[in-house]
Amino acid sequence: MSSAPLFDDAHSAGEARRAVREALGVALATSAYGISFGALAVASGLDVWQTCVLSLVMFTGGSQFAFAGIIGAGGLAAAGSAIASAALLGVRNVAYGMRMSPVIEPGFWRRAAAAQFTIDESTAVSLAQTTPRARTLGFWVTGIGIYIGWNLSTLAGALLGDVLGDPRAYGLDAAAAAAFLALLWPRLRARQPIVVGIAAAVIATILTPVLMPGMPVIIAAVVAIVVGWTNWLGARDGAQPGGEPDDVAEREGLP
Amino acid sequence: MTMWTAVLIAAIVCVALKTIGYLIPPKWVEAPRPMRIADLLTVALLAALVAVQTLGQGQAIVVDARVPAILVAAGLLLLRAPFLVVVVAAALVAALLRLWGWAA
Repeated sequence: MSSAPLFDDAHSAGEARRAVREALGVALATSAYGISFGALAVASGLDVWQTCVLSLVMFTGGSQFAFAGIIGAGGLAAAGSAIASAALLGVRNVAYGMRMSPVIEPGFWRRAAAAQFTIDESTAVSLAQTTPRARTLGFWVTGIGIYIGWNLSTLAGALLGDVLGDPRAYGLDAAAAAAFLALLWPRLRARQPIVVGIAAAVIATILTPVLMPGMPVIIAAVVAIVVGWTNWLGARDGAQPGGEPDDVAEREGLP
Repeated sequence: MTMWTAVLIAAIVCVALKTIGYLIPPKWVEAPRPMRIADLLTVALLAALVAVQTLGQGQAIVVDARVPAILVAAGLLLLRAPFLVVVVAAALVAALLRLWGWAA
């Protein structure tokens, strides 16, 4: 019946092909940023192997940049703050996992692998598809594609950073700031996140001279908990029933 | 703590967080408050990192070549430039200002 196009085989195959094409495009574009992570991490004082282990195991770009950035500012003494910042930025992956859980087929190993590939992009590409098969395909192709590309480009960036020398002469400190801004940008679409972002930036700046490196960032995160709990400046809770969640995974973000 | 310990702890915590999402009952997805906090947490941390990475130098606040670089990055983001272009442009601005001696 023409009123049920989702059950039409040809349509379904087209959907699946479209999902794979979209996934490969996103994977290619995202993988390229691995170069900047590799170079920045080495400039922050991590060695090439530590940089690669972050991409192989942690595999979530925002947390990786945060860890390297705070180690770069405070050295090993700031390791506690670096770990905490990476973990707090990884909290959004809990939300992504909850959304991807019904999409992923059963089986312990399959689901364990899916957990590792759960990042901004794989979640976003998957949820943008309309058929169950396209959603599953979109997730796996994006996740595995970025995993391979991100790790190869991290290694390339780390080796490049290793031979560059003084990172400031190449503006790598400014590149790290710009990377955080580019990650933040697509999330500033409503008044509430904009206010939280400005407040967090001001608090972190004011606290920098009085606390050890890394701590100002963690304390600034309290703004999010207070505003998020009270929903100050936010839309009413019932405003988006079952629709797109607030924290929509960004296709243009980082893994 | 050695650097390796820190790298491994941070990495394992992040993997654990990804896994937790698959173990939580799906009906919790409907709860708006934890979702909102997770969302704003990401925003607050990234914004704080932008500020500290732009102005911080150890415990000092300094205005140097990173400030014009981040302004150029913001302008490019307004024009919807891709991630890599934004990052490379910021590095280039800071590197050139330092090369020409116009900024520290």
